[in-house]
Amino acid sequence: MTKQKKTMNLNFGPQHPAAHGVLRLILELDGEIVEKIDPHIGLLHRGTEKLIEHKTYTQAIPYFDRLDYVAPMNQEHAFALAIEKLLKIEVPIRGQYIRVLFCEIGRILSHLLNVTTQALDVGALTPSLWGFEERETLMTFYERVSGSRLHANYFRPGGVHKDLPRGLTDDIILFCNNFPKVIDDLESLLTDNRIFKQRNVDIGIVTKQEALDHSFSGVMLRGSGVAWDLRRSQPYECYRDFDFKIPIGKNGDCFDRYLCRMEEMRESVKIIKDCIKKMPTGPVKSIDGKITPPKRSNLKNSMEALIHHFKLFSEGYRVPRGEIYTAVEAPKGEFGVYLISDGSNKPYKCKIRAPGFSHLQAMDYLLKGHMLADVPAVLGSLDIVFGEVDR
Amino acid sequence: MLTTVHDLEKTVNSSLTTTVKRSEIVFDQLHINVDVEDIISTVLFLKTNEKCKFKQLIDITAVDYPQKEKRFQIVYLLLSHENNLRVIINLNVDEKENIPSVTKIFPSANWMEREVFDMYGLIFKDHPDLRKILTDYDFVGYPLRKDFPLTGHTEVRYSEEKKKVIYENVKLDQKYREFDSESPWEGTQYIKEEIIKKNDEKL
Repeated sequence: MTKQKKTMNLNFGPQHPAAHGVLRLILELDGEIVEKIDPHIGLLHRGTEKLIEHKTYTQAIPYFDRLDYVAPMNQEHAFALAIEKLLKIEVPIRGQYIRVLFCEIGRILSHLLNVTTQALDVGALTPSLWGFEERETLMTFYERVSGSRLHANYFRPGGVHKDLPRGLTDDIILFCNNFPKVIDDLESLLTDNRIFKQRNVDIGIVTKQEALDHSFSGVMLRGSGVAWDLRRSQPYECYRDFDFKIPIGKNGDCFDRYLCRMEEMRESVKIIKDCIKKMPTGPVKSIDGKITPPKRSNLKNSMEALIHHFKLFSEGYRVPRGEIYTAVEAPKGEFGVYLISDGSNKPYKCKIRAPGFSHLQAMDYLLKGHMLADVPAVLGSLDIVFGEVDR
Repeated sequence: MLTTVHDLEKTVNSSLTTTVKRSEIVFDQLHINVDVEDIISTVLFLKTNEKCKFKQLIDITAVDYPQKEKRFQIVYLLLSHENNLRVIINLNVDEKENIPSVTKIFPSANWMEREVFDMYGLIFKDHPDLRKILTDYDFVGYPLRKDFPLTGHTEVRYSEEKKKVIYENVKLDQKYREFDSESPWEGTQYIKEEIIKKNDEKL
């Protein structure tokens, strides 16, 4: 007599601390073995793409902070680049350096959160406390430059909103000098930790081919041994000026991805230091007065400035007809913006390509045959943030 | 190995002479236009061809042009790591046309096609699991269509009497205002050029 197979359906989330936000999983289990996973997403869907179609280009930027709210400026970057290409405007070199500086800060912000919460998911509490302390410092830098800790709204087509306040670069350098010690401490807690290794080594293995087929990008791709980083292969902005290494994994398991992220943080620190050392002087945003609003101090004296200020903030600028896809290497992978302009002051269509969307899609395939306890471990290493998955 | 986007255009045009209706290089990106029934063969060619090697599907999306005869344009974005090139495939379809699914070639197309279905109401043929993905479980309508209002049709609230979350029609005290921004304000230089060009074309 054959034994009849019995599967159990289990609902995971949407309010679960290990779900990294609002994820609902319908798990089909055979005992403790996962047979099938059906992720239900969209609980944080806010219709960003629809909203952007009804806003001027400048008004649309804040929506990008709210996608991957762990590294907001990296998203703004992709959108700003798309508009700049359509407008055919140049970003002054200082503006480019400031952007790179803050994109790398964003990378550290994101990786810190991911690595430490991944550790939290598999039972280590301390790293998250240490990580959050450093994140707090980094968010102060965000605040000092843009006025807010998370939703920065700092990048503009043509540059950045304002120049760096006095003394900020010194504080960032100070942070960069101390931070590698923190990474070392985190590594001493995790890298050789028996429990952390048992939970992560050989879990959620992705081969090269599978990573390509499932549209993986960023660390998910590099962890499987594909040497691909948009900062290096399709350099945007001034990434050509910097010397940095791209860490690549060997086995494509959760542990390799963790190691990649740790190494990337070290490289980011190097880029930040280098960036501050080389920081040129000059304007931080495009000097084209039809795109960049005039200085506030000019408003009292110049009629022209007043008119432009009013028009740019009410009507905005018009972007020539065209369509473009631009992508940046966001901390989580390739973040792209497919923008169509119809020649008016609002985007006709703005499709946001979020890396997390394809990563989460692979959950079912990654976890088939794994134990239930591996679900949070793999979910942690996918680096999911629901702001960008649901959009 | 292909080194430039122009090489790619040549290769694609010579190998897919009958299928590629139009090809164009905009901002160093190749856009090709094919018929709906040719999408599978085109994607398969780009993926498996020795030279092209477009091993990764980046995204699938649609664009709504209500005034056009074939209302929707489906957009496939592909990336080749070996050649460091991107290609954009466009299809023009109307509302009722079924689009062949590329899930057999790229498993990651599954959710992308589901998203297009959810947002635009376009049906993909032979899709293994064509369900809604981002909108609420009993949501009606296709939000990214241009005729779908920004405010939506329904809103939810918790009803104290019924002790549950209920759906109601949207009630707005003031209509959502779309400002007409086509003012005579002189734009930037390139806009002027474009207007001049347009006027020249008219003449």
